[in-house]
Amino acid sequence: MNILLEAFAKSFELVFSLNEDLFEILLLSLKVSGISLLLSCLIGLPLGTFLAIKSFWGKDAFLVLFNTMMGLPPVVVGLIVYLLVSRSGPFGWLGILYTPTAMIIAQMILITPIIVSLTSQIIEEISQEYKSLFASLLVPSHKAIIAYLFDARYSMLTVVLAGFGRAISEVGAVVIVGGNIDHLTRVMTTTIALETSKGNLSLALALGIILLSIALTTNFILIRLKISAKRRMYV
Amino acid sequence: MYKSNKKNLMKLTPIEVIDLSVLLGKDLILDKVSCSIKNNSITAVIGPNGAGKSIFLQTINGLTNIDNGKITFNKIYNNDEIRNKQAMVFQTPTLLRRNVKSNMDFVSNVKNKNGEIVIKNILKRVGLEGYDDKPARLLSGGEKQRLSLARALLIEPSVLLLDEPTANLDPFSLKLIEEIILEESNKGATIILTTHDMAQAKRLASDIIFFNKGKILEQTDANAFFRKPLTKEAKKYINGEILL
Repeated sequence: MNILLEAFAKSFELVFSLNEDLFEILLLSLKVSGISLLLSCLIGLPLGTFLAIKSFWGKDAFLVLFNTMMGLPPVVVGLIVYLLVSRSGPFGWLGILYTPTAMIIAQMILITPIIVSLTSQIIEEISQEYKSLFASLLVPSHKAIIAYLFDARYSMLTVVLAGFGRAISEVGAVVIVGGNIDHLTRVMTTTIALETSKGNLSLALALGIILLSIALTTNFILIRLKISAKRRMYV
Repeated sequence: MYKSNKKNLMKLTPIEVIDLSVLLGKDLILDKVSCSIKNNSITAVIGPNGAGKSIFLQTINGLTNIDNGKITFNKIYNNDEIRNKQAMVFQTPTLLRRNVKSNMDFVSNVKNKNGEIVIKNILKRVGLEGYDDKPARLLSGGEKQRLSLARALLIEPSVLLLDEPTANLDPFSLKLIEEIILEESNKGATIILTTHDMAQAKRLASDIIFFNKGKILEQTDANAFFRKPLTKEAKKYINGEILL
């Protein structure tokens, strides 16, 4: 019990003393997760919208595929990306193994299906709701899509948060393709795993507290936004 | 008192419906219906539930596929130019997840209609002045329907299609909507509305189309219809009997 309390005390000390190593790890985590989330949104939002509003042969198969990919095991994704970008792999010439770029790619593979599937569900619902009105008004497709995305913006925040949550808490893939190299590819989750195995619980706990704080803060903001939107019947 | 002010509306009338049949899945909803809707008339489409009234309106608006027959507007088949001069108000209004003003702005943007002043005036006309920032889906039933009508008015339609526009509404909304229907008619619009309210049909309609089981049983002048309906089904319906 004393060890645990001591670890907690040390972890708070690390956080409040603005420990340099800690913040380097934190910033890299946010950078990798933020960029992978941004890129996944750039791919996933239009793709999910397309799947929601267009009818074509094989659409159901795509939806099943993306839904299944939502549960991809991170270590498997890490392994596949590793094989692709390792020196002997087809993309070995890029020289990105054990760099944040490889970590971003791995995280994108994990997040994009989440963004696509959830976007597709949300946009399909709103497009059905607006279907008759838009048909009657002869709303052009591009204006309809903008309206769907705009009017579903509060629901879409959930999608973005789900993607961010998956990215920031992920360890299996980034440790394989990033290698957990100090000052280069070390992020919060990989550091927690490493420091725990070394018995250095204070740093692991400090990072755990920060990780939880980020999750709590983003969820809190999101819930506040959704409550406000619900009150105005915007969701 | 409202003054007649005829607008320069695109002539879409007479609307000729010839042998129109519409299937939804395997169900025949409209069965070879034929009728003619005169210029600047207010036509009340009446009949029991499931008779095909709403689908009839939606088909005129181009929302439903025609399986057989045809509809012409001043001898021209329905096209986007014609549809752009029609406005439809649905029985259950679909309002965007935005505030009142943004709902109006959306239609204004889609239809390239200018003017904050026009929007302001229309909202005033439907009794929604000062509601600009109110979330549309928090409005009462009557207010929602009035906003839906306001969006339709923004289009300045030559043909206004109203699917039970006053069903279950409060007396204030009912009176206001009826006044606007008459005003739009005075301005030159052709209006087709479905209703279950016989008193409303008497108050507003110049013509009646009576539907039963996907067929038009009568199309006639409103006075003649209420004075002396030609079919036993229409007689029963006017007398409030249930048609099976």
